[in-house]
Amino acid sequence: MKNKISQFLGFSIITICIIITLFFLASIIYLIAAKGLSAISWEFLTSIPRKSMTEGGVAPAIIGTFYLVVGSILIALPLGIACAIYINEYSPTGYMVNIIRMSINNLAGVPSVVFGLFGLAVFVNFFGFGVSILSGSLTLAMLILPSIISASQESLMAVPYSIREASLALGATQWQTIRKIVLPTALPGIMTGVILSIGRAAGETAPILFTAATFYRRSYPKSPLDETMALPYHIYALMTEGTHPDKQVAIAYGCSLILLAVVLLISAFAIILRNKYRSTYVN
Amino acid sequence: MSINNEEKIKIKADNINFYYGQSHAIKNLSIDIYDKKVTAFIGPSGCGKSTFLRMLNKMNDLVPNTRAEGTLLFDGQDILEKNTDVVSIRKKVGMVFQKPNPFPKTIFQNIAYGLEVNGVKDKDFIRKRVEDSLRKAALWEEVKTRLHTSALMLSGGQQQRLCIARCLAVEPQVILFDEPCASLDPISTNKIEELILELKKFYTIVIVTHNMQQAARVSDYTAFMYLGELIEFDKTATMFTVPKQPKTEEYLSGKFG
Ligand SMILES: Nc1ncnc2c1ncn2[C@@H]1O[C@H](COP(=O)(O)OP(=O)(O)O)[C@@H](O)[C@H]1O
Ligand SMILES: [Mg+2]
Repeated sequence: MKNKISQFLGFSIITICIIITLFFLASIIYLIAAKGLSAISWEFLTSIPRKSMTEGGVAPAIIGTFYLVVGSILIALPLGIACAIYINEYSPTGYMVNIIRMSINNLAGVPSVVFGLFGLAVFVNFFGFGVSILSGSLTLAMLILPSIISASQESLMAVPYSIREASLALGATQWQTIRKIVLPTALPGIMTGVILSIGRAAGETAPILFTAATFYRRSYPKSPLDETMALPYHIYALMTEGTHPDKQVAIAYGCSLILLAVVLLISAFAIILRNKYRSTYVN
Repeated sequence: MSINNEEKIKIKADNINFYYGQSHAIKNLSIDIYDKKVTAFIGPSGCGKSTFLRMLNKMNDLVPNTRAEGTLLFDGQDILEKNTDVVSIRKKVGMVFQKPNPFPKTIFQNIAYGLEVNGVKDKDFIRKRVEDSLRKAALWEEVKTRLHTSALMLSGGQQQRLCIARCLAVEPQVILFDEPCASLDPISTNKIEELILELKKFYTIVIVTHNMQQAARVSDYTAFMYLGELIEFDKTATMFTVPKQPKTEEYLSGKFG
């Protein structure tokens, strides 16, 4: 009897927690949709801003955010996987691993605005990439690197030792084993880390504030060294600057809705890629 | 320990010692493994059977903090020497593990893998070798229609035969089995034992087993180990009928183990 009551209580608490979470999620989406949907039109999606952002569209910001996300993933993914392989597979001395682990954990705790300043000092000024998509992507890459490393490391660790042994016993080298057995097996897990990072990279404003984003631009970026508009920064600008707050707020909600859609779209692509991979490799 | 001077020796271990850190896992072990015979290692758990087996294909090199002493001659070449090419030894000495460990890939890819890592590119050759290996491992009839489905969908016994086929595909000279039936049901065990009897026509086989009846059924020679030492080594028929050492007799009669 006592067990039944405590089970009932447990289930009830869990159910309530789920309902609260879903409620928040639903109200966020509802609020943004309700306030933003009216701003969205074909023109809004496909044209450049006009009349100091009160008319026209936000296409350069959509494109810019897309470039920044894809760029940062392309930079962070190989770096992160390489790091994880080094820590996990080559097991250097415990001392080295500890230093690397500590650095990664510290990196994960750095506030994003500090990454912005770092990007400004290093990529914009020191390397001379200027305020550009390249600098912004590099800065965002630093930001998502810790989560990509830990996702990769966990997936590598989950690959059973027995199949590495099987590979080595067939006369494969350690590198062949990593490349052909361990990495393919770990890839779906690594992709999950990537998917989570996409939202992070798309949504952060502070890291691109000094490194990539511009307030207003009448044309699309043509090279990685161009500065760009980006959705989160555009939202920030619409809400804090300009002379027509009444029109701007609606546009800002429209932008938020699009930002959600962009994250969803890129994530969906990554999820499809992962599932396709999973079914060819694992099943 | 040599007990039959007529046979060709494939592997000759001479005064082998092996240490995990400070722990002395194999003590002064000398033994001859004969060509195209089945040699079984029996003994209670923890006596060093797997450790010795894994020395034969240098898998213990992967364990940090270990040390090996003595000479281990494979066709006359000492494979304990520092400059031994690990990869070429592992190609010559295949291994089947206690738990079936297929790769999370298709049946075909599992078998082809060993060829690919050894630089074979010819698709027809690979296809033919995959079929040959599966036939030799008595698995072909069961899987020929689903070569391109996941190996993980096979039953435990089929997976173990797949692992044997995978090992055969790289054409080893010696095959090591470390308790290959420990996780299998009696019918699958039976199939693996029949397979071992078939394979010994072409390969030198070393098998570690917990199961004395299994050693009696499949092996030509049996080595009994206890606490890291080789207590007795003899023809299986002789050892199981007239063991020379009291310790062997105790073990075979089930007094400990
Ligand atoms: N990786 C290892 N590290 C440390 N000690 C080990 C390791 N593997 C085995 N040993 C020890 O070496 C001894 C022999 O083990 P093993 O060869 O696995 O025995 P068996 O296969 O006969 O059961 C045991 O005492 C075991 O605890
Ligand atoms: Mg063992």
